[in-house]
Amino acid sequence: MSTTSKKDKFIANFMKNPVADAIGQQQTVREEAFQALRELEFPTLKDEAWKYTRVAGILNKEFEVKEVENPALSENYLIPDLKVNRLVFINGKFQSELSEIIDSDLDIKTTAQARFENHDAVGGYLGSLTNHKNEIFTALNTAFNQTGAFVQIQKNKKPQFPVHIIDVTEGEGVTYQPRNLFVLEEGAELDVIHTIEGDNGQSFTNLVNEFVIKENAKASYYQVQRNGEKNNHIQTTQVYQAQNSRFRTGTYTFGGKLIRNNVNIAVDGENCETILNGAFLLNGKQHVDNHTFVDHLQPHCESHENYKGIIGGKATGVFNGKVLVRPDSQKINAFQSNQNILLTEQAEINSKPELEIYADDVKCSHGSTTGQMDEEALFYLMSRGLTKAGAMGLMIQAFAAESIEIVEIEPLKQWIESLVEERCKEIQD
Amino acid sequence: MLSIKNLKASIEDTEILKGLDLEVKPGEIHAIMGPNGSGKSTLASVLAGREDYEVTEGDVKFNGKDLLDLEPNERAGEGLFLAFQYPVEIPGVSNMNFLKQAINSIREYKGEDAIAAKEFLKKVKEKQDLVGLSGRLANRSVNEGFSGGEKKRNEIFQMAMLDPKLAILDETDSGLDIDALKTVADGVNQLRRKDNAFIVITHYQRLLDYIVPDVVHVLSEGKIVKSGPKELALELEEKGYDWLKEDEGVNA
Ligand SMILES: Nc1ncnc2c1ncn2[C@@H]1O[C@H](COP(=O)(O)OP(=O)(O)O)[C@@H](O)[C@H]1O
Ligand SMILES: [Mg+2]
Repeated sequence: MSTTSKKDKFIANFMKNPVADAIGQQQTVREEAFQALRELEFPTLKDEAWKYTRVAGILNKEFEVKEVENPALSENYLIPDLKVNRLVFINGKFQSELSEIIDSDLDIKTTAQARFENHDAVGGYLGSLTNHKNEIFTALNTAFNQTGAFVQIQKNKKPQFPVHIIDVTEGEGVTYQPRNLFVLEEGAELDVIHTIEGDNGQSFTNLVNEFVIKENAKASYYQVQRNGEKNNHIQTTQVYQAQNSRFRTGTYTFGGKLIRNNVNIAVDGENCETILNGAFLLNGKQHVDNHTFVDHLQPHCESHENYKGIIGGKATGVFNGKVLVRPDSQKINAFQSNQNILLTEQAEINSKPELEIYADDVKCSHGSTTGQMDEEALFYLMSRGLTKAGAMGLMIQAFAAESIEIVEIEPLKQWIESLVEERCKEIQD
Repeated sequence: MLSIKNLKASIEDTEILKGLDLEVKPGEIHAIMGPNGSGKSTLASVLAGREDYEVTEGDVKFNGKDLLDLEPNERAGEGLFLAFQYPVEIPGVSNMNFLKQAINSIREYKGEDAIAAKEFLKKVKEKQDLVGLSGRLANRSVNEGFSGGEKKRNEIFQMAMLDPKLAILDETDSGLDIDALKTVADGVNQLRRKDNAFIVITHYQRLLDYIVPDVVHVLSEGKIVKSGPKELALELEEKGYDWLKEDEGVNA
């Protein structure tokens, strides 16, 4: 079988479900995506950006867009002691009964609804940042996405409570492609929490987020990945920052079989602050690939990146973080760090921090370290009575803490810390 | 309480302990002295269960149990405590969190309930005062950025919190000024009871002015070559260790 027919067969999975008509600019975007799907191929290990992540296994399988019969929200999906504007999607379908908007004047709806209304912002922004002409998974999402969350915050507004998107995957052989769009007008503020949940069925999910952050606006996007153990998940978060804006994101991965996270940030204004952190705690045969790209298009900005990998079993982690400082982008402070602990001999990490600097008056640094558990410290803790699991747990939590510190919503931070603590128990054997 | 018979231990195929015997009874304080490299820390590490060492021969009973069969945390659960010669810095792990978990792990091992938050805090305050660390541990990571003296005080503090049956102090006095030394000694003396015991490893006789031992042992080349009353420490201070090597055969 040639790769082309494999590709066509895979894309045919999505053809079965007609997508709603697109209007105006959205029609153009969708056509561009279809055109790209005809021309592009799925990546192989020969593609530099996919050197360590093999998607062939996903392409060989059959998936279907499927609704669940009795949608329900597990208590386990909620963040303790946190009031949120909650949007629940199960297998990609919006669940209004399970969702709840508590901020009265929040402009929040599904992308499907916004598209149906031919909402200005959707018309203007959806697909405006993404690379759907050249990146096949983004093209796939752009061509076939059904819905997602659309939030627009008007000038100088700030919702009282964060937006919490819950994406749940249930059933065998399920696929769907959420598409979220966040538009922050000048001086607006928005906190988005996105949690991904799933059962044990095989599935393929392909998510695309777009953040348009205008002057003086502040956005945060915290993602907790608790994907099901046979879930294949690819996602791209595309961010645009205008001047004096702030964006911070944290990606915390606990579940999933194969996960590829792309975060691409175009910092296109002066005096911006960008923070991108993450932690991945892996075991079994999990494979998690974090690719980040910060493009400093303008001077006088600051970006900080800190990813922590804790890898057990036969799992593999990938970190590829690129920071590009363009020729006229002087006075950039860019710091990047990826540290990893391998818990077993079979555990693997491929870490590649990349700085590409074309300006001369900048302060940039990057570093990557990979090591084992500090045996001396383990012995010290155990000699005071801690079990091996308890001692390792404490040390892993301490190691991951730096990547979680940036979470400014205290109950969320505590919840993520508790997930790390739970996960420590699972990844040690 | 502790009974060591013919203990031999190696590291990376080098034999360090070469047939060591030691008996410690409840209520006793034993001092172990000896030249650098004679195996004092090795003995302490083997007793605490450090994995790097291979025990090739011998037998260690701790309150009737085979100590060498136990994991380090189980040894702590049985009431053994080692104050490290070089306490380890553990960035990011909070002192208080760690200590609480240590206490509760030992309690769990013994089948007891977890400590109440209030009781824990009360105990922390009391024992911190005892070692002169009042208010200096909160919000800090285990030993991170501690001065040498603070690290040693922290060891004694932890010892006081865990209230072991047998505590081994490995050169806790090294590098301490006289005030810190007295604090450490006070800590030990206040914890001293009829039903617990201490092994104090030291280079210097001066600590033994404050912690008065029942027996002084000399460890040399992996064996205890001489044991005697506390006056032996003074003699060692004056004469050094060389004279012992010559009549090793007689005393061993
Ligand atoms: N990792 C190691 N490999 C080989 N020899 C070691 C190692 N660690 C310690 N030793 C040796 O073991 C001997 C005893 O060391 P130690 O127990 O620390 O002595 P002490 O505490 O009495 O000064 C020394 O000769 C030392 O060089
Ligand atoms: Mg020593």
